[in-house]
Amino acid sequence: MSSILVVIEQREARISRISWEALAAAQSLGAQLGLPVAATIPGAQTESLATELAGKALAKVIRVEHPLLSAYSPDGFTLALEQLVRTEQPSYVLFPHSYQVRDYTPALAARLDQVLIGDVTGIGEGPTFFRQLMQGRLNGTYRHTGGGPCFISVQSGAFRADTVQAGSAQIELLTPIIEAAQIRTRPGKPFRGSTQTVDLGSAQLIVSVGRGIKGAENLSVVEELAAALGAELAASRPICDNGWLPLERQVGSSGQTVSPKLYVAVGISGAIQHLVGIKGSQCVVAINKDPDAPIFEVADYGIVGDLFEVVPAITEAVKAAKQ
Amino acid sequence: MKIIVAIKQVPERDAPIHIDAGGKWIEEANIQWAMNESDAYALEEALQLKEKHGGEVVVLSAGPERAGTTIREALAKGADRAIHIACDDLGDRDALGVARLLAAAIKPENPDLLLTGLQSDDLGYGQTGVILAELLGLPHASLILHVEKTDAGLTVKRELEEGWFQDIELPIPAVLSMQSGGSKLRYATLMGIKRARTKEVRTLSAAELAAPVASSALLERIALPQKQKSTQILSGTVKETAATLVEKLKFEARIL
Repeated sequence: MSSILVVIEQREARISRISWEALAAAQSLGAQLGLPVAATIPGAQTESLATELAGKALAKVIRVEHPLLSAYSPDGFTLALEQLVRTEQPSYVLFPHSYQVRDYTPALAARLDQVLIGDVTGIGEGPTFFRQLMQGRLNGTYRHTGGGPCFISVQSGAFRADTVQAGSAQIELLTPIIEAAQIRTRPGKPFRGSTQTVDLGSAQLIVSVGRGIKGAENLSVVEELAAALGAELAASRPICDNGWLPLERQVGSSGQTVSPKLYVAVGISGAIQHLVGIKGSQCVVAINKDPDAPIFEVADYGIVGDLFEVVPAITEAVKAAKQ
Repeated sequence: MKIIVAIKQVPERDAPIHIDAGGKWIEEANIQWAMNESDAYALEEALQLKEKHGGEVVVLSAGPERAGTTIREALAKGADRAIHIACDDLGDRDALGVARLLAAAIKPENPDLLLTGLQSDDLGYGQTGVILAELLGLPHASLILHVEKTDAGLTVKRELEEGWFQDIELPIPAVLSMQSGGSKLRYATLMGIKRARTKEVRTLSAAELAAPVASSALLERIALPQKQKSTQILSGTVKETAATLVEKLKFEARIL
């Protein structure tokens, strides 16, 4: 039967937020194509989460349960979902675009001779799938042309979790066949990188710096603006990769998620991994020399220019305004 | 350890973007090319492993003739030899198609370790390493920042979301896709650049690798992004612009 399957991910025994967004995407695609939507939750203990899912508008909820799925491993999850997809034969399989999904779904799709259309930001007529290219500087429109199921992962924040339709669904159980020896990697317990002393998540004003700053010796330019505003200093990934600022100041999918009243992005082009971390900002100011930088698409106020001239001028203006 | 590093040549980060007449890709005429960033980190990790444990580092790249300059750069940084899959239709292949091409070239080499970057800066699929593991029947881990060789195989440090990490043990041969930022990148020395000229670059044609081109995901068209918000671009002299911004933050956005 033609159908849509959405794969739900659990994090610390809860359904992750981005999984609800994937479910919303699946329901919207289901409405567009007139197809039933089923949700599946893989893991070692899935009963309570499956019950939670059964309260949504779904044709059914499938618990894919096995003790070897208690800790995530790419081998375990690929095997389990391969068996589910071969049994259910859905036309579309939707995932949240999480780090975990990025780690195994390309292999799962390849095993079925398909390719994942990943990091999808929207779904159009056809259906077509939108995703970004060139670090967010281009949008691409994709169509699935393969003979097997169409694998899609949806980007964080692209669909709204609060649009998930309520309903009631029956719960099924599938016990995949997995041997311990088939799981070749041994995952360790997650740990925090460093003791977090900076809580960017609750900062009201943030000045954030990117590649455009060119070198650690230039950081005083943004430090002075942050000091004038009374703002926390943050950075995009390359700055922390280079060791110019500590990792705890990194904003984006691999760093902290922020929701300040004001986010000033200095010399940050706005790659998607950064933008997902600042979606909750009330007001975004972007300063960049490239007028086509994607950061300007999400900015409220933009200044195209040399940050080494613009930022000191803003610092002076802020100081003057505060006197 | 014999390590293969798959690298890709991509447009430089601030390359000008003009959509070509076909509407499916950008005009390449005025573009400067560079080694994909996370691939450069994969190469760095491979070179460090070789320095510690000995062995050989082979770089592998699929692309048109111009990819040769990026291959030479990798050799100049210290890779021992290279395989160039000459391929002018890379854009017609999806991630699985490109991985099939690479896998066909990797198989006869039987490496102990295969490293790729996490994702390319141009198409950004972020799938090549994971698909290669599947095609080659090898265990894998992705988003890796650091690799430690152990008696049993490898212990690798994997990045998780929101500042969390995880160690993973896995046997070799294995495939790892490397995240940026795990170590400091080296520059090619003059001596390295000189040596690179005489290092072996074997060219294979896509045709002789007999990997099917058929794709299951088709890029139909590309477009410049639409602005999501109505961005006010402030202009004037630097001083005027700064004053306007502060005024708007104060009285329009009511933040300051």
